[in-house]
Amino acid sequence: MAAVAARELRDGEVVFVGIGLPNLACNLARATHAPNLVLIYESGAVGASPSRLPVSIGDPALVTGSLMVCGMADVFQLFLQNGRIEVGFLGGAQIDRYGNINTTVIGSYERPVVRLPGSGGAAEIAVHARRTLIVAKLNPRAFPERVDFVTSPGQRCGDHSRRELGMPGAGPVKVITDKGVLEADPATGEMVLAAHYPGVTADDVQAGVGWPLARRERLGSVMPPTETELRLLREVLDPRKVYLKG
Amino acid sequence: MRDAVARFVHDGDTVVIEGFTHLICFAAGHEIIRQRRRDLTLARLTPDLIYDQMIAAGCARKLVFSWAGNPGVGSLHAFRRALEGKSAGEGGLEIEEYSHFGMVARFSAGAARLPFWPLRNYMGTDLPTANPRIRSVTCPYTGEALATVPALNPGVTIVHAQRADAAGNTQMWGLLGVQKEAAFASARVIVVVEELVEEDVIRSDPNRTVIPGMIVSAVVVEPWGAHPSYAQGYYDRDNEFYVAWEDISRDPDQVARYLDEFVYGVSDRAGYMKAQPHLAARLKAKERLSQRVNYGF
Repeated sequence: MAAVAARELRDGEVVFVGIGLPNLACNLARATHAPNLVLIYESGAVGASPSRLPVSIGDPALVTGSLMVCGMADVFQLFLQNGRIEVGFLGGAQIDRYGNINTTVIGSYERPVVRLPGSGGAAEIAVHARRTLIVAKLNPRAFPERVDFVTSPGQRCGDHSRRELGMPGAGPVKVITDKGVLEADPATGEMVLAAHYPGVTADDVQAGVGWPLARRERLGSVMPPTETELRLLREVLDPRKVYLKG
Repeated sequence: MRDAVARFVHDGDTVVIEGFTHLICFAAGHEIIRQRRRDLTLARLTPDLIYDQMIAAGCARKLVFSWAGNPGVGSLHAFRRALEGKSAGEGGLEIEEYSHFGMVARFSAGAARLPFWPLRNYMGTDLPTANPRIRSVTCPYTGEALATVPALNPGVTIVHAQRADAAGNTQMWGLLGVQKEAAFASARVIVVVEELVEEDVIRSDPNRTVIPGMIVSAVVVEPWGAHPSYAQGYYDRDNEFYVAWEDISRDPDQVARYLDEFVYGVSDRAGYMKAQPHLAARLKAKERLSQRVNYGF
């Protein structure tokens, strides 16, 4: 997943980095095809160049050697709302048919079965980043037809499109999973199967999704990680397997 | 610290201990627990371990926040226990929830003494339904509907920093979070520092001053006061403790034992550090000096 996500990033892009796999993906992209990727963390580190894998998005290694450190009012107003963020990474406990994400509660808000951490910066990243990439493992409970709570808006919210609601960014364009890649259908906003991993069938992907998953007419095949990507991930970027547990 | 908390933190106050991952003043939170403050409204973007401990210790009536997890690890279990399977307020903790941008905007409004702050946000989300204080306004210039959040003006804001002078002119570097806005929004400000320095040191590098002495009520010198959070250039984040909190916080008995040993069982930060003699060697920061600049004219 980290390698597949890394390939989505183009050299020179400005990326709002979340912790975990997105962080690995961004640093892998920087070490391979996108050395000029600009990493911005919501904690205020701009142009970060971490010398160790950050455990949190507020890790001191994000500050040492970065291009700029600013306060969080500047991060959200001058970078994100200003339109400077090209790619945002998001994950979540639930992701639905239209890429709406729930990181708030399982069950009702008033009486939650599971209380999740909440939005953090995710709601505004989903609104403002020019495009967002969702990274999550497939599992029908994590991919329900409708999320219990919309923390971060996807391609359609109720009966409305993003444009009707006045959202500047294009929203989630891809969902990168452990079995394949879903893409937002440009006409309907629905997440459809676009490509699957080698040795995985479209039915395997469907088994991890709680709605009847539409498929592109011609399904792509995701290239497995190259030896270089694997070596960088395992030996350089995450040797202690902080994020490469799966 | 004892005097500052006794004098400036009262039962029922809205208390902000800010710091985004960096410079979170655990020493102040622990002193508030020791002095058994009650019915506090605790506000912070990320409640982090410190508010989880304060919730477990019974200090909080209400939590105002935007991301309540253990960064890089998992959950805040005292927080979850107060909410899961319970109707609003039944677990003894009321919540008021925003996103990070929303909380930052609330402090910005509070600091500028405006009643609200507009932001282009929340369309398509369920957050305004969950929190009716997230509202909207029609822009008088463009007609655009913008989200609004109300000003947050705490009774007291506590900020940890690398250094200040005796008058409270406070310098910090590394991640700055929303401390400047939170301090300016607050009725009272307690600054807790790693080092007290002469005014000359502050004046030698005025661009590094984030909080001016004129808004500061008290200066407390408390080395290692941010542990297990960190102070850039002084000590690293204690990620091992953040991981350990996952197991401690799952079990109310273990939380009680932790509080007994490291909060109630010590009288101040010096005592806390003495109880953990290996921390300093493990976490002390390596040197990465900046290049000096010329302020001359």
